[in-house]
Amino acid sequence: MKYLLLIQSNPANWATLTQSEQDGMMTEYRALTQEMVESGEHLDGGPLTDPQTTRTVRVRDGRAEVTDGPFAESKEYLAGYYLVDVESEERAVELAKRIPDARFNAVEVRAVMDMGGLES
Amino acid sequence: MSALVEGLLRELAPQALTAVLRYGADFGAAEDAVQEALLAAAVQWPGEGVPDNPRGWLVRVASRKYLDWRRREAARLCKEAESVEWSRPVEVDHCDELTLLFLCCHPALSRPARVALTLRAVGGLTTEEIARAFLVPERTMAQRITRAKRQVATGGLRFTPPPPHEFAQRMDTVLEVLYLVFNEGYAASSGVEVHRAALTGEAIRLARQLHRMVPDNAEAAGLLALMLLVDARSAARSDGGRLVPLREQDRSKWDAGRIAEGIALVESALRDGVVGPYQVQAAIAALHDEAPTAEDTDWLQIVGLYEVLERLSPGPVVRLNRAVAVAMADGPHAGLALLAGLDDDPRLARHHRLAAVRAHLVELTGDHARAVELYRAAARATASVPERDYLLGRADRLTRG
Repeated sequence: MKYLLLIQSNPANWATLTQSEQDGMMTEYRALTQEMVESGEHLDGGPLTDPQTTRTVRVRDGRAEVTDGPFAESKEYLAGYYLVDVESEERAVELAKRIPDARFNAVEVRAVMDMGGLES
Repeated sequence: MSALVEGLLRELAPQALTAVLRYGADFGAAEDAVQEALLAAAVQWPGEGVPDNPRGWLVRVASRKYLDWRRREAARLCKEAESVEWSRPVEVDHCDELTLLFLCCHPALSRPARVALTLRAVGGLTTEEIARAFLVPERTMAQRITRAKRQVATGGLRFTPPPPHEFAQRMDTVLEVLYLVFNEGYAASSGVEVHRAALTGEAIRLARQLHRMVPDNAEAAGLLALMLLVDARSAARSDGGRLVPLREQDRSKWDAGRIAEGIALVESALRDGVVGPYQVQAAIAALHDEAPTAEDTDWLQIVGLYEVLERLSPGPVVRLNRAVAVAMADGPHAGLALLAGLDDDPRLARHHRLAAVRAHLVELTGDHARAVELYRAAARATASVPERDYLLGRADRLTRG
């Protein structure tokens, strides 16, 4: 089963961390990523740029409107993601618990829809 | 390379691997040696013709490649080349193939690792083929296989048959791996995902091999029968990517040959062996396959078999299926009563199947408004696109009246 682990973060919180705290978190991230790569569970992932760099696209009546800034105003933003292929939802949750940002904000675990199904 | 040579090499590769493993090679080295031998065969055989004893040829070349590697390794370590006795004739028998399967499905490995290693080492699929079938990048699958091999090496897992007191339990993990492979392919085969659908064929091939290795094992026969009896319906179960439920399938599209083979297998297994869950599930599939129309299904007997299955392997999914059978035999209210106990089961709480089954039974009671709600709730909870479309279609049909 494939799951997207959505890492929510508050840029203001991140700014309050000391350099060594930030370095510590990055080390944790690298170790976790490395572990998931080695177990054959990691498909993709990475940090996203600051929300202020967002460009939002809307198409209305065939015309595209592009604005600077995120779609919804919020304190928390999607700061990064992992796409994993794991044995069960429990395993996806287990990995999410170990994402450093889960301690400060939250990580959402969402299953990716599958094109297969069973007739009943 | 001709399809004939390719098929032959695929069949022989696991046997060559077991032969090299028997000489005490570790998994990685043994596999490298076999790969080199396969390459040599693929180059030589089409031109020079297939040797009289292709298996012997492959085993000999693979063993020599492994020995060469050992010598090089020994030389690299500035040691005397180890003297290995290679002259005794190499006999690969079913016993070795079975041992390889037991090793690949070892309980010390994670489930995805067992599946990947089995398809790679016993099925002879390439890493790329396995990756495509499971819709993951090749790099990811390569990691999974490498890790599995490392676990075999570091965990001290040996290429020896399990001791007698562990045999039944270890056989369960082998059967489970083959069934996982089958289901992965079967769930996908409604769509355009031919690479995943190929997994059902591979699972059946492996289950056939296993059945040949242990003809007296009733559950191995039961699993093969179950796969054949379920796969027999594959041509009727989708209509342009849309899932067609069993009761609406065009039964003339079912594969009569597979059904006959499956029924013969399960009948003889049930007659001669110890009854187990795979045989019972195969017997249930057989009753569906034998019914000329959905209305003619022998629901009473299916209810009886689900009761046996629930005693053998209790669980919420078996209860769900039993409830459907009871509803068909004794009416929807009897089925709904059985579902009542499942609401508090944490294993089903977030699962769409409970809502989907309840929706179906509620529809049969005539309460269409409630059924629509339940179909939509089930559609929101499923992670399968064709299942979601099917459930929303049922809801739409009821709202339109």
